Amino acid sequence: MSRIGVFTCHCGENIGATVDCAKVAACTRNVPGVVHSVDYKYMCSDPGQTLIKEAIKEHNLTGVVVAACSPRMHEPTFRAAVAEAGLNPYLCEMANLREHCSWVHGKADATTDKAADLIRVMVEKVKHNEPLHPIKVPVTKRALVLGGGIAGIQAALDIANCGHQVVLVEKSPSIGGHMSQLSETFPTLDCSQCILTPRMVEAARHPNLTLMTYAELEKLEGFIGNFKATIRKKARQLDEKLCTGCGLCTTKCPQKKIPDEFNEGLGRRGAIYVPFPQAVPNKPVIDKANCTFYRSGKCKVCEKVCPTGAIRFDQQDELVTLDIGAIVLATGFKVMRTDKFPEYGYGKYPDVIDGLQFERLASASGPTLGAMQRPSDGKAPETVVFVACSGSRDRSKGVPYCSKICCMYTAKHAMLYKHKMHHGKAYVFYMDIRSSGKDYDEFVRRAIEEDDVTYIRGRVSRIYEEDGRLVVKGADTLMGGEPVEIKADLVVLATAVQAQDGSEELAQKLHVSYDPYHFFAESHPKLKPVETNTAGIFLAGACQAPRDIPETVAQASGAAAKVAALFSRDELTREPQVAVVNRLPAPMFSYCVGCFLCQSACPYQAIEQEEIRGRDGSLLKTLAKVNAGLCQGCGTCVATCRTKAIDIQGFSNEQIFAELMTL
Amino acid sequence: MAGVTYATTTESLAAQVRQHLGVNLSHCYQCGKCAAGCPVAEDMDMTSCRLLRLLQLQQPALDQRVLASEGIWLCLTCETCSTRCPQEVEVAKVMDFVRSEAIARDVAHPRSRDILSFHRAFLDSIRTTGRLYEIGLVADYKVRSRHVLKDVALAPKMYLRGKLPLLPHLIKGRDEVKRIFQRTLGRRR
Amino acid sequence: MRIGYYPGCSLLGSSREFDESVRALAGALGLELVQVPDWNCCGASSAHVLDHKLSLALPARILAQAEAAGLEEILAPCAACYNRLASARDALDKDPVLAREMEKVIGRPATHKVRVVNILEVLDRFKDTLPGLLKVPFAHKVACYYGCLLVRPAKVLHFDRAEDPQSMDRLAAAAGAAPLDWNYKTECCGAAFSVTRTDLVARLSGKIVADAVRAGAEAILVACPMCQSNLDMRRTESNAYLGADHQIPVLFITQALGLALGIDANRLGLQRHMVPATFAPAAV
Repeated sequence: MSRIGVFTCHCGENIGATVDCAKVAACTRNVPGVVHSVDYKYMCSDPGQTLIKEAIKEHNLTGVVVAACSPRMHEPTFRAAVAEAGLNPYLCEMANLREHCSWVHGKADATTDKAADLIRVMVEKVKHNEPLHPIKVPVTKRALVLGGGIAGIQAALDIANCGHQVVLVEKSPSIGGHMSQLSETFPTLDCSQCILTPRMVEAARHPNLTLMTYAELEKLEGFIGNFKATIRKKARQLDEKLCTGCGLCTTKCPQKKIPDEFNEGLGRRGAIYVPFPQAVPNKPVIDKANCTFYRSGKCKVCEKVCPTGAIRFDQQDELVTLDIGAIVLATGFKVMRTDKFPEYGYGKYPDVIDGLQFERLASASGPTLGAMQRPSDGKAPETVVFVACSGSRDRSKGVPYCSKICCMYTAKHAMLYKHKMHHGKAYVFYMDIRSSGKDYDEFVRRAIEEDDVTYIRGRVSRIYEEDGRLVVKGADTLMGGEPVEIKADLVVLATAVQAQDGSEELAQKLHVSYDPYHFFAESHPKLKPVETNTAGIFLAGACQAPRDIPETVAQASGAAAKVAALFSRDELTREPQVAVVNRLPAPMFSYCVGCFLCQSACPYQAIEQEEIRGRDGSLLKTLAKVNAGLCQGCGTCVATCRTKAIDIQGFSNEQIFAELMTL
Repeated sequence: MAGVTYATTTESLAAQVRQHLGVNLSHCYQCGKCAAGCPVAEDMDMTSCRLLRLLQLQQPALDQRVLASEGIWLCLTCETCSTRCPQEVEVAKVMDFVRSEAIARDVAHPRSRDILSFHRAFLDSIRTTGRLYEIGLVADYKVRSRHVLKDVALAPKMYLRGKLPLLPHLIKGRDEVKRIFQRTLGRRR
Repeated sequence: MRIGYYPGCSLLGSSREFDESVRALAGALGLELVQVPDWNCCGASSAHVLDHKLSLALPARILAQAEAAGLEEILAPCAACYNRLASARDALDKDPVLAREMEKVIGRPATHKVRVVNILEVLDRFKDTLPGLLKVPFAHKVACYYGCLLVRPAKVLHFDRAEDPQSMDRLAAAAGAAPLDWNYKTECCGAAFSVTRTDLVARLSGKIVADAVRAGAEAILVACPMCQSNLDMRRTESNAYLGADHQIPVLFITQALGLALGIDANRLGLQRHMVPATFAPAAV
C-alpha cells in the first residue's frame, strides 16, 4: 500500500507567481495513494526540509514527491533530508514545476492544471520505486600523469606530496616540456629553466614519484579507481643503472648534423644524444632512425667509448602494466609551423621563424648561446618584425580561436631582442592586445614605452625575400588601412597554439571527449574545468586549451586536488541509477539472449560478457553484464535491448510507462 | 558622421551586400590584410579596409562617401584581398557591388570617367559585332575621353607586327548578342 | 585527342602569337582543337565592371554554343576568358535561380556541363610525352609569371595553388628550362588599365620585370595575353618608371614549349613581340 507524501514548493515567486500552489496541493490530496499534501514557500530551506522529515515519521510515508525546481538543482538536498528521516533516499522524487512549468508558461488555469498533472505523474512513478543503495567501488591509490611538462610535473608533485604514489609518463627523453625551451617567461622575465629545473629535479627525487621518460601509454582499460594502464617504455638502448650521464658518447658520435627537436630544428645533434644539458634524467637515447649502426651495421663508437659499458644495441621496448586509480592528462600543445603559411613563403625562408624558434635563439642554452643571430647567415638582425596573430583568429586557416599567449610572448620577444640589441628596430604587427593577467598589461606597455618597440595595428599580407632581406607587407588600420612595407632581417611569426600531434588517438584510447581542434574537453566549461566526462580522468594545462604558465600550474594543482579527493576514500560511492541485466533462475538465467547489441551501443564500454557455466564446466549461456563502476545510466542499452532484459535502476521501463499512462 | 540614420536597416549598403551577395560584413574584424596586399592601396583615397569599416557602420553619409570614392575605380579586380582574408570575406565582390551602385546612382567619382569610357567603348564594340574590334574600341574611347593622342605611336608598331586587324569580325549570332545586351545593360551606355 | 577551343578576342588581334603558338603546339602534340562555333566575346573585365548579368550572360552563350556542338571541355588560353567562363559556369552550377534567369536573357538553356580548362592544365596532360618530343631544350633561366586570373579566386577555379603556384614551372622544366624561385609570380600586372591608367601599369609591370631580372631570369614566361601585353608592349613605360633599360623578353609558355619541340620561331609568332624575343648567342 503506497503512502505518498507530496510537498509543493512556491519557490518564492518563481513558481508561486504563475502556479496556484495551494490549489495544486489541495487537489493532489485526492490522488489515490497520496496521504499527505502540503505547500510551502521554500521547501529547500531548513524549515521546509523539517516539514518533510516530520511528515515521513508522522504519516509513515512510503514515498515522497517534492514538487519544486529541477532535480538537477535540489534532488541531493531532498534525498539527504529523506534519508535523515529514515526513508531510503531513492524513494524520493521531484516533480519539476519550475523549469518545466512556471518558467515556461504564463499565469493561467492551464498552468496550474499542468502543475497538478506533473505531480500526478511523479506520484505514479514513485509507487514503482524500489529502495536503492549506492554502489561501492574500491580505489587503487596510484595516479598516472601523462605528460612531463610543467603541468604534469606540478600535478605529479602535488599528488606525491599528498602521500600518494604517482607515475609520470613523458614521451620524449626528458621531462620539462615547452617551458624548458623558453628563454625567459612573462611578465617577470625570469629565466625559464632556472625556475623549472628545481621542480624537475624534485620530481626525479620524490620518493612517491616514479618517472618514466621516453615512454608512452600503450593501452588503458578499466574504470575510475580501477584502471589498468599499459605503458610502453621505448628502448633507450641504454642500461640506465650503469649509465652515469657523463656524456662522452654524445661527443664521439660521428653523426653531427641531425636537426635537433629541442632547438626546433635550429640546432644540430648526434644520433646518441641528451636533449638539453639540464635534462632529467640526464641519460642519453639513441635515435635509431638516424644512427649509423642501425642503418648500415657499422660504427658502435659510443659503445666503445662508454666507460661503464652501458650501451645496449639489442635492447627492446618494454611493456609495463600498472594498476592506476586516477589519470591526469597533461600532454601540452604544439605550435603551428611556418610551412602552413602560403603567403609567408610556405616555410622556405630560413629567417621567417616561429615563436618557439625565437625562444631557442634567445636562450643562453640555444644554438647561438643567446646571441641574436639569424638562421640563414648568422648575421645580427638590425630590424626584426614580429607578426602576432599568425594563424590564430583565422577562419581561412581553420583556427578561429585566439591562442591566448602570443600577445604576451610577442611583447616579451620584442623586449628580449631590444635588450640584446639596443640599436635594433623592432616592429610588432598586431590585431588586439590581450594582456589580461596580473601585471600583464604593464608588461606590454613597458615594451612600447621603455623598450621602444613600434606596434602597428594590422595584419601582414605577404612576406618574401629580396636580396637577403625579408619584405614584410602589412597595413596600419589605425590609419585607415594604409599599406606599410618593412624590410626586415628576421621575421618572427607568433603562430597558433594547437593540440599536440596524436591527441585524437590518445583521447580515443582513454575514451575522453575532445573538441573539433582536438583539445580535450572539460566536463563543464565554467564549473568543472579540470574534469572530463570520463570518470577518473582529469585535465591539466594546454592540452585542454591554450594557456599560460600561471594558469597551467593552478590548473595542475586543481587536478591534483581532485585526484587527492578521489584517493581520500578507500571506496568510491557511485549513484545506483545504473543499468542492470535481469537474472532469473535456471534454466533461463535471464531474458538476455546474448546478442550484445547493448555492448556495441554503450558509449562507456560498461557492458561485459558473463559466462554462465554448468556444474561440469560447460558453457550454458553468455549474458550481458553491466559494470556498475563504468555505467553512467544513459539508457542507450535499454533502448537497444530486444528482449527488455536490461533496465535502469530508478528509471525502469515500468516506472517510465507508469508516468506516461498517468497522462 | 551626420547623425542621420537609415529608416530601415535593409536600406544600408551593408544590408544589400548581405542580401544580394550573401557576404556578411560583420565578419570583417578590420585586420587590414586586404589593404596590406592590395597592389594599388597606396593610390587609393580610401583603402578596402577603410571602405569596409565605413559600410559596417550603416550610416547614409558614410555609404555616400564610399560610393563617391575614387579608390574603387583603381581596383584591379585581382582578387588578392578575397584570397588572403582570414575571415573569408569576399572583399572583391563587395568592391564590384559598390562600383555598380555608384554607377546606378550616378555618383561615381569624376576620375572614373576615363575608366568607364574604356569599358563602355569595349562593350559597344561587342554589342555591334559580337567580338572585340580593337580599332573600334580605341577610336570610341578616344572620342569619349578626348585623349586623342593616346598611344598614337603604338598603333603602327602593332599593325606592322600583325596585331591590329583592320576589319572587325562579325559573328552570325550578333543579333543574339544584341538581345543579350538589351536584356541586361539595356539603354545604358 | 580533341578538345573544344575558345580563342577569345585578344588571340585574334593584339595577342595573335598566343593563338599561333597554341595551334602549332597542339599540332605537334596531336591535340585537335575544335573551335566553339560562332563564339562571342566573353565580356572580359568590361562587362564585369558595368553589368553583373551581362558578365554572366555572355559566357553563358558561349557555354551553350559549346554544348550544342557536342563539346565536353573547352580550352580558353586567355586567362581572362578562362576566368570569366569558369566563374560563369560555377555560378550557373551553384545557383539554379540564376541559371533560369540567364536562360531568359540568352534565349536558350543555360548549361554548366561544359568544363572550362586553361592552357596549363591541358599541357600538363602531355607531361609524360613531352620529354620524348624535345629537340632543342629551352635551356634558359625563366621566371614563370602567372598573374591573377589563372589561380584566383581559388574557391572557384580549383587550379594549382594561389600562392607560389607550380604548374607553369613544371612545364618550363619539362621544356628544358630552369624555372626560378622569384617573388612576383602572382602579383597583378595592372590588368585592364593598360590604356586608361598606363602609369599604374608602368609601376606594377615594372616591379614584375625588375624582380625577374633581379632573380637572374633570361626570359619571363606567361600564360595570359593581358600580362604579356603589359609586360611587353608597355616596356617603354615600365623602364621609364624604373629608370632602367630591361630588355628581358616575355614569351608565352606555348612559345617556349614550341621552341623546345623544334617548331620554327616564326610559326610561333615570336616576331610579333615588342621586346625582341632573343637570347644571348650561347643559349640559342
